[in-house]
Amino acid sequence: MKPTPVLVMQDICKSFPGVKALTDARLRLFPGEVHALMGQNGAGKSTLIKVLTGVESPDSGQILLKDQPIRPESVDDAQKLGISTVFQEVNLCPNLSVAENIFIGRFPMRGLAIDWKAIERDARKALLALNIDIDVTRTLSEFPVAIQQMVAIARALSTEAQVLILDEPTSSLDEDEVERLFDALRELKRKGIAILFVTHFLDQTYAISDRITVLRNGEFIGEYPAAELGRLELINTMVGRDIDEAGQAAKSASSADRPTDRPFISVQGLGAAGRMHPIDLDIYQGQVLGLGGLLGSGRTETARMLFGIDRAESGTIAIDGAPVRLNSPRKAVRQGIAFCPEDRKTEGIVADLSIRENIILALQARRGIFRYLPKRVQTAMADEYIKQLGIRTPDAEKPIGQLSGGNQQKALLARWLATEPKMLILDEPTRGIDIAAKLEIMDLVKTQCRKGLAILFISSEMSEVLRVSDRIAVLRDRQKVGEIDGKAADEQSVFRMIAGAEA
Amino acid sequence: MKNTLSQLTRSHLFWPCVTLVLLCLANVYFNPGFFDIEVKDGHLYGSVIDILNRAAPLMLIAMGMTLVIATRGIDISVGATVAIAGAVVAALIGGSLVIKDGVQTYVSNVPMPLAIVAALAVALLCGLWNGLLVAGAGMQPIVATLILMVAGRGVAQLITEGQIVTVYYEPFFFIGNGFIFGIPVSLYIVAVVLAVLLLLTKRTALGLFIESVGINPVASRFSGISARALVFWVYAFCAVTAGIAALIITSNVKSADANNAGLLLELDAILAVALGGTSLAGGRFYLIGTLIGALIIQTLTYAIYSLGVPPEINMVVKAIVVFGVCLIQSPALRDLLMKHAFRTGGTA
Ligand SMILES: Nc1ncnc2c1ncn2[C@@H]1O[C@H](COP(=O)(O)OP(=O)(O)OP(=O)(O)O)[C@@H](O)[C@H]1O
Ligand SMILES: [Mg+2]
Repeated sequence: MKPTPVLVMQDICKSFPGVKALTDARLRLFPGEVHALMGQNGAGKSTLIKVLTGVESPDSGQILLKDQPIRPESVDDAQKLGISTVFQEVNLCPNLSVAENIFIGRFPMRGLAIDWKAIERDARKALLALNIDIDVTRTLSEFPVAIQQMVAIARALSTEAQVLILDEPTSSLDEDEVERLFDALRELKRKGIAILFVTHFLDQTYAISDRITVLRNGEFIGEYPAAELGRLELINTMVGRDIDEAGQAAKSASSADRPTDRPFISVQGLGAAGRMHPIDLDIYQGQVLGLGGLLGSGRTETARMLFGIDRAESGTIAIDGAPVRLNSPRKAVRQGIAFCPEDRKTEGIVADLSIRENIILALQARRGIFRYLPKRVQTAMADEYIKQLGIRTPDAEKPIGQLSGGNQQKALLARWLATEPKMLILDEPTRGIDIAAKLEIMDLVKTQCRKGLAILFISSEMSEVLRVSDRIAVLRDRQKVGEIDGKAADEQSVFRMIAGAEA
Repeated sequence: MKNTLSQLTRSHLFWPCVTLVLLCLANVYFNPGFFDIEVKDGHLYGSVIDILNRAAPLMLIAMGMTLVIATRGIDISVGATVAIAGAVVAALIGGSLVIKDGVQTYVSNVPMPLAIVAALAVALLCGLWNGLLVAGAGMQPIVATLILMVAGRGVAQLITEGQIVTVYYEPFFFIGNGFIFGIPVSLYIVAVVLAVLLLLTKRTALGLFIESVGINPVASRFSGISARALVFWVYAFCAVTAGIAALIITSNVKSADANNAGLLLELDAILAVALGGTSLAGGRFYLIGTLIGALIIQTLTYAIYSLGVPPEINMVVKAIVVFGVCLIQSPALRDLLMKHAFRTGGTA
């Protein structure tokens, strides 16, 4: 007895000017399975999904839904066919309420009027199913990216679909939330829904998926049962050469810690009522300070205050021993601080500008309007970083918005490295970055650090924080609960500290 | 060959230029002498010169508007600013013909350079006010500039005391009617402003910053650009272009009419920007495109007048043509037509 796939994609080709994103890509989804779509940044995963959901039209190829050829022209079309999607970049309406976002386009009606009561009730229910208890009448943009991501997921889950597609839904979630999402997915699986799942976290791939399809450079490499494809094999299939994850990790973990005697930046009692309890931090040059904590523990708030985005109401900041006031990003940049924000779409990239312009933007802002970098220098600089960070693009003049998610992230990192900062704040820097590139970036961070850069590192992946950090400041409920030595710490000790104050 | 052609069509100047050429051809059809240029008293005369000359104020304002729109803004008060600046310069110069020692001389109320500086300063003030509301108070640009649009003509009325102020001071007319080396003075003014702007936007980081702020203000701020200051000064600059335009207009008609000077100019300016290929959603901007846009509008106006379209319906005719022009320039429609053409005509 051979089950029939609910969805088949065959020989899909798609080119963009200068890029062949997909060459004869293939995909089969069976009812009641979780299928992981794996591949490096720019391998074509999102493009395949966009083709499937009518966002992009394929140059050639065929899509069969239950043996019927389909050709969705829009997300709406796909939705009507029973294909529900959470895209890589949250594409909700930031100005609408959470409830409206969940039900937009399919508002329940009572007579001629929209049934707002039902919307709010059902939105709450949809979110509670993911264990999220928030006020659904509040505007979406008031919530952090992780919640927005959960809202997008709740929206997709709450539609009647036969195929559910999740493009990196977990990139800004922490472990608890991922677990909740997985519970929900298992439930859907039991109902016979086919789920396509993209992630760069191998642990998650193995935790939830039944089968794996690997894409490389837009080509179909293979389809494997998850149980039969080892972790290392999977990585090598994706990358196309041998990579030793453990070896790389060990290498980056063995960086020398060279504490300087005086901190580069010293923060005393920095806080703002309602947002952050006063916090003390010392960040040394040549050291990585990790911020540990769960979602909403105040990691991003701390970073934003340090970068002058949100004003602190109390406390002092001293840089190299001299007190400074950081009340705008501009001032922070002038002091040699750099900040890679967690929400790259709204706070990071300038989508229509070229990769070159995006890379030199912060440096140029620091130089001011009149000391314009000659185009020649800009190009040289951009090309250099494209090479160094392995940004996948035909050339530096492409709009950054056309890069794959992970490559955008690399370009943002380049933007800040180009300013030769003294301190680099990284808020989820490896969000959406593939495993090979992740190791490269962590290496790069370490190298920069050894050259004397002070780094504040935030990640919801605790193992990552542990791997790079020399010291870890642990936050809980917008408050610092302690600091531990990164070398001595393991996940247990950090989580004990996070939980500790509760017990 | 096909490659260079497709490169050409993808250039942002291609469609505005095509539109302008089409309009000129239409003019030639109705008036074969359209392109004729004569030299009279060492001055160039002809329809084309006339169009260029008359388009000058619009070109100036549209350039300022381009920058405003590039930052995601809009300034609908430029017409009112023209009225105010025009009123100031006319009231200050005034002028009369007196006979002094047996010779006729023109005297002005205040020295002309001072009056011009004062008018520009008042225009700048208008822009600072707009900038303050938009960048400082964070108001929606259309609402913020609506205030001055409505109040501005009242202010101008106060200055002119409700009258049409006529200027009797010959030297002032040079700005709007004079020629240098046979070419209208107003075109030199446009050229100078254009040169300054091109220099600033291409040879400094100003262009990059404006586009960046227009595309993503938050990311720009997080990169260390002082987005607010930038937006503030862009509004100020836009108003100054309106001030300069006011000088040309006032000088050209030798009077200032608080009610009608620069009426609906803001709409023409916005249209010129859009025709030139700059998206009203902000971001990438094209100054040369804007100039072509302004010329399209002026050529159209000229055609309508020279065809003798009855004044009652000339707005309708203009609207229809503008609609057509926008259709030609719509990428979505072009794609649709292309697809259709390829499908029916096979591979071309
Ligand atoms: N609209 C577009 N225009 C031009 N090129 C594009 C466009 N969208 C995607 N590409 C290119 O297609 C390739 C595949 O991109 P895609 O987004 O599918 O990668 P991905 O596998 O999802 O990567 P990631 O893991 O980084 O999200 C990339 O090289 C990208 O630059
Ligand atoms: Mg992707």
